[in-house]
Amino acid sequence: MEQVIFYLFAGVLLFAATMVISVRNPVYAALFLVLAFFNAAVLWVLVGAEFLGLALIVVYVGAVMVLFLFVLMMLDVNTAAMREGFTRYLPVGVVVAGLMLLQLIVVILSEQVDLIGGLIPEPSAEVDNVHAIGQVLYTAYVYPFEIAAVILLLAIVAAISLTMRRQRPNTQRQDVPKQLSVTKEQRLRLVQIDKKNRRHTSDT
Amino acid sequence: MIELSNFLVLGALLFCLGVAGIFINRKNVILLLMCIELILLAVNINFIGFSAYLDDIAGQIFVFFILTVAAAEVAIGLAIVVVLFRSRGDINVAALDTMRG
Amino acid sequence: MDPVLVEWVLYAIVLLPLIAALIAGIGGPWIGRVGAHRVTIGGVGLATVLSFWVLYAQVWGGAAPLDITVYTWATVGNLSFEIGFLVDRLTAVMMATVTFVALMVHIYTIGYMHDDPGYQRFFSYIALFTFAMLMLVMANNLLQLFFAWEAVGLVSYLLIGFWYTRESAIFANLKAFLVNRVGDLGLLLGIAVLASAFGTLHYGELFAAVAEAPDQTLNLFGAAEWSLITVACVLIFIGCMGKSAQVPLHVWLPDSMEGPTPISALIHAATMVTAGIFLVARLSPLFELSTVALTVVLVVGALTAFFMGLIGLVQNDIKRVVAYSTLSQLGYMVAALGVSAYAAGVYHLFTHAFFKALLFLAAGSVIIALHHEQDMRKMGGLAKYLPITYITMLIGTLALIGFPGFSGFFSKEAVIAAVGYSAGGWATFAYWLLVLGVFVTALYSFRLLFMVFHGEERMDAHAREHLHESPRVVTIPLLLLAVPSVLIGLLTFGPMVIGDFFKVDGSIQVLATEHGLAYLAAGYTGVLGFIGHAFATPVPYLAFAGFLTAWLLYIKRPEWRPRVVAPLAPLQRLLEHKYGFDWLYVQGAAGGGRALARGLTLVGERWIIDGALVNGSARLIGRAAAGVRQLQTGYLYHYAFIMVIGVLLLITLFVVRTVLA
Repeated sequence: MEQVIFYLFAGVLLFAATMVISVRNPVYAALFLVLAFFNAAVLWVLVGAEFLGLALIVVYVGAVMVLFLFVLMMLDVNTAAMREGFTRYLPVGVVVAGLMLLQLIVVILSEQVDLIGGLIPEPSAEVDNVHAIGQVLYTAYVYPFEIAAVILLLAIVAAISLTMRRQRPNTQRQDVPKQLSVTKEQRLRLVQIDKKNRRHTSDT
Repeated sequence: MIELSNFLVLGALLFCLGVAGIFINRKNVILLLMCIELILLAVNINFIGFSAYLDDIAGQIFVFFILTVAAAEVAIGLAIVVVLFRSRGDINVAALDTMRG
Repeated sequence: MDPVLVEWVLYAIVLLPLIAALIAGIGGPWIGRVGAHRVTIGGVGLATVLSFWVLYAQVWGGAAPLDITVYTWATVGNLSFEIGFLVDRLTAVMMATVTFVALMVHIYTIGYMHDDPGYQRFFSYIALFTFAMLMLVMANNLLQLFFAWEAVGLVSYLLIGFWYTRESAIFANLKAFLVNRVGDLGLLLGIAVLASAFGTLHYGELFAAVAEAPDQTLNLFGAAEWSLITVACVLIFIGCMGKSAQVPLHVWLPDSMEGPTPISALIHAATMVTAGIFLVARLSPLFELSTVALTVVLVVGALTAFFMGLIGLVQNDIKRVVAYSTLSQLGYMVAALGVSAYAAGVYHLFTHAFFKALLFLAAGSVIIALHHEQDMRKMGGLAKYLPITYITMLIGTLALIGFPGFSGFFSKEAVIAAVGYSAGGWATFAYWLLVLGVFVTALYSFRLLFMVFHGEERMDAHAREHLHESPRVVTIPLLLLAVPSVLIGLLTFGPMVIGDFFKVDGSIQVLATEHGLAYLAAGYTGVLGFIGHAFATPVPYLAFAGFLTAWLLYIKRPEWRPRVVAPLAPLQRLLEHKYGFDWLYVQGAAGGGRALARGLTLVGERWIIDGALVNGSARLIGRAAAGVRQLQTGYLYHYAFIMVIGVLLLITLFVVRTVLA
């Protein structure tokens, strides 16, 4: 049963990946990539990595791929020009990828590595995957975890600072030096009140 | 029960598809980024496979970090693409030869 | 005598001229001209007084020779480099001579240089020279001697080129410097041979070590064995040949006359050029052990004495005549050393210092009077204008040619007699050269005297109007030098040459008992007897013949001159070309060196270093880069491809090496 599920989702995954690299429209490519991620997530869950499978869907499908689609739609990309040389480079790509695949499979199936027939055990019912990850992530891997957080922060700052436009007219923005160098005269106005006439002597 | 080699061959196939994608979609930066995502996915699949096979949670921790870094990478990469598009009106990699010495 | 006092005196003698030189040299602009000459004359004068006191203490005071090491500069292995003083009679005589002549020259310079813009610089140099020369004679080891040797060479270089705007002066000082380098290399090698063989540079220790093992040999040029002492002595003598201007390293001395006249008197006549003679005398215990080296010394000296005198016959520059005379007299001194008559050589050095300084200063006085005209063909009949100069120059000339009773007579007679009494073919050969040299000396000396002071007045009218005797600062040194030129021989000949003056304290050692001076001493009956004895040899007659020839040709019958000269034309041409030494050195050595340098410039520098190495490597990298930069397309995907292909290759490597193996 599991093997059937594996082959099914693996097949869809490979199909989706093939479509990602071969469809004309980048938007379709992004959508096929979403499909590929879904299938990969299923496979992960199948071997017991539920947390990562869900994280893959949440992070990749929910965030990264949306970002891709957003950028693709925002930018007016001339897709026809992008396809230029597709057929010309196809043989090279196929040959290189084929050679690489051949070698990888040689490694995987070689006797030295000795993985043939190795079965992935059933995920045990007692061990909660999320719990297990949390157990090590916040203990043994706490520093890498924090560094990863900083890297994400850095990415946020970098992405914003890269794309933020400056000097656009008619936008309200803070000018920190100006705020800091403000003086009393610019903010405070003393008003003399004439008690007899009860009249403001404002200079408008 | 799934054989580990099935997982690994799947990862290898996905990896090679990503590599081939880099070759054939050489003009479009966004597609290049997607191909890199495919390659990373292949790597992650290998990690998950080994992690389950060896019953070692460390492999999954690695996947976690790879996801984190990949997300950051995509965010910055797309930001660069946006800036590039703004300044040149195009994201054709073939037109980018200012690095030429 | 209190030795502490002596040490202190020695420091003072050496350092006073140095301090004066520094003050005059560095502080020249502040202390002014008068300040400069006061400081230097004061320093050198005090050194002179102290030197005479040292001489007195050594000779009459009965002081033992003093050998002190002041400072150990460095110790390498068991060879230590020290600074120290050795004061014995030889040193004391040299110190007195050097400081006295230097003082005279300092005073004279006030007059000679009084309108020269480099006044302070000049005084600084000559005081520095005095310092260096004193270091040279007072050294107690060969290293210090070598340092001082180079220092006097340096000052000599600076002073020959004192008027550095004259091209000829620059040529002359470069020439002097280069020729001296050849000699100095010999000296340095000689010192190195001694240091490596005996492990010490200190005179006393060295002599003791050599006396213990005099028969060491040295392998040079393959298996041939050479006597170590002979090699060392000959090398050191090459140094002497450079400094004392012996054939064939004499070429620089005549040219050095480009320097101011006081310098010619002080450095290139009286003191520095005698350093070589001093050195050989100082190293007499070494030279005594090598007959070969002594023979070389003898032959070189005799050749120089005769043939350089001949060149003096055809010179027309007053200073150059005196310069060739100096060369000739240095040859006499060296020849005396060559027959172990060190005392005679040093004695000739001693008397020569006075009368040669006198001759130069008198020549300088003439030059001043004629406003720096040095050509004798534009002089004549000056005797009545420059009486003091004339008288003193006459005294100097008489001393030079060896007029009986004058100082030069005794010293030269002693030299010739010592050589004459020595046995051996080379000694006979040298003897006849020296005897003939007497005739030549008299001839050129009186030729000079007659051309300058007698006969027709050939200077132009303007110069004649301004003729007057030189100022007192010029004439007083002349008179002061004239006195010893006349008298010193009479007073000191007996004790210094015949007696054991230098032997008592071991400053000069002579091994053989059957040497020329011993014969001379055996027959010595006193000064008058010596004079009388001299008339039994051809020497006085030859001197008189020289005088007579000069008188005939330049005073009595000038019209005979062309007839005498005509048959000798080839000889005259040879002499005017100075035997071609200059030509040989300029064309051969200097020209060859320049041709070699030019060749090396072309091949080594331009082709190999510039062409192949510098530009070649640049070009290679440039070409390689031009090729490689084709790879750098600037296209991102090319880099990506290369990365991917690199990964593929790495995987292939891994697979081939581990999995398939």
